[in-house]
Amino acid sequence: MADGSCKNKEETGKNIKCLVWDIDNTLWNGILSEDKQVTLRKGVVEVIKTLDERGILQSIASKNNYEDTMEKLKEFNLDEYFIYPQINWNAKSHSIKKIAQLINIGIDTLAFIDDQPAERDEVRFVLPQVSCIDAGCLGTILDMPELNPRFITEDSKLRRSMYQNDILRKNKEESFSGTQEEFLASLEMVLTISSAQEGDLERAEELTVRTHQLNSTGYTYSLEALRTLQESSNHKLLIAGLEDTYGIYGKIGLALVECKEDEWVLKLLLMSCRVMSRGVGTIMLNHIMREAKAANKKLKAEFIPTDRNRMMYITYKFAGFKEMHKDGDMVIFENDLLNIPPYPDYIELIFRQEATNLAF
Amino acid sequence: MEKDKIKIRKFLSRFFRKRELLDDEDIFSLGFVNSLFAMQLVLFIEKEFGIQVDNNDMDLKNFSSINSISQLIQDKRVA
Repeated sequence: MADGSCKNKEETGKNIKCLVWDIDNTLWNGILSEDKQVTLRKGVVEVIKTLDERGILQSIASKNNYEDTMEKLKEFNLDEYFIYPQINWNAKSHSIKKIAQLINIGIDTLAFIDDQPAERDEVRFVLPQVSCIDAGCLGTILDMPELNPRFITEDSKLRRSMYQNDILRKNKEESFSGTQEEFLASLEMVLTISSAQEGDLERAEELTVRTHQLNSTGYTYSLEALRTLQESSNHKLLIAGLEDTYGIYGKIGLALVECKEDEWVLKLLLMSCRVMSRGVGTIMLNHIMREAKAANKKLKAEFIPTDRNRMMYITYKFAGFKEMHKDGDMVIFENDLLNIPPYPDYIELIFRQEATNLAF
Repeated sequence: MEKDKIKIRKFLSRFFRKRELLDDEDIFSLGFVNSLFAMQLVLFIEKEFGIQVDNNDMDLKNFSSINSISQLIQDKRVA
């Protein structure tokens, strides 16, 4: 969006995953360190709550005293809406970079709102991928296309609380003295793999759009395309949900298998980056390997390298897939299914043909 | 090579803290593989030893023990 005006520079088609707020004269009127009686700007509560419901995360980059600012936000009942708030005296570009790292999302999926041109310029100079918004545009911010995801799924509404649960898990992990596997066991995870149902399709589309690092092809699928595949008798569309003692992660994985006469082709495998240290991608691969073996089919997989998905390549190779040949950019893997490792015992697995209306 | 092994063992001990890994012990048979660990292992090898792990090298047997990782590094250095 062009600075100074509230119009879009151009239609980027990009979705913002996190909006980072300045505080003084952006979120409230006044400067807290000079005036304890600051008042919220008109419409700000509605903007914050609406973005939250849309599944857009929010954080803070403010040059202020941390305790005083959080206390004031608490008074306004707004403190819980912000994850990883950066309230310090560092450059705002530094704070924004830190927020992206902590949430584990690409820097190009962040936007930053501030009333001071100098702050926006500093961020724009260091992080040109971040969209900078003039605080004067508060009134129209909800209409910006990049802040309007196509769907609002069950998962998007719960997104903030899911990230907040992740913060609790991370804190636990940092203070945990055992091995990583013992930590995983302490979470008491339950992974449910089921055939995708109509109600899962919007989330399935959202997963193909939002997931880059653990994504075997980078293809996005429209809702209509996914519905056709879900109804097709030649395809299996599997969706995975995860929960643990801290709460639900939501639907975090998707797999598409094309079932041919003598072979299955894994056309797509993707996992949310929130679960990349949980081993669930390997478990989903393992499940599909077992099913293919039980059905007496060969198992192939398509993989298209992108600049972000090397981790997925390694996941396939470490699961015993071998590169058979290349078709343009596309790698065709095959697994001989001779050596399928046992499921790990730190996680409980539930397999369902028909998903039920459970909350996740 | 012994120096390499010490570095590898130190890296792996972050993940298998309570166990003293033997040089030829199969780390994947311990049941703990996830995408992040696999990626971190590959990145560690590339950065620490200044080599490029190619797709062809990305075979489980090249990473399954301290010995095999150290062998891979040795082979890549010669190549």
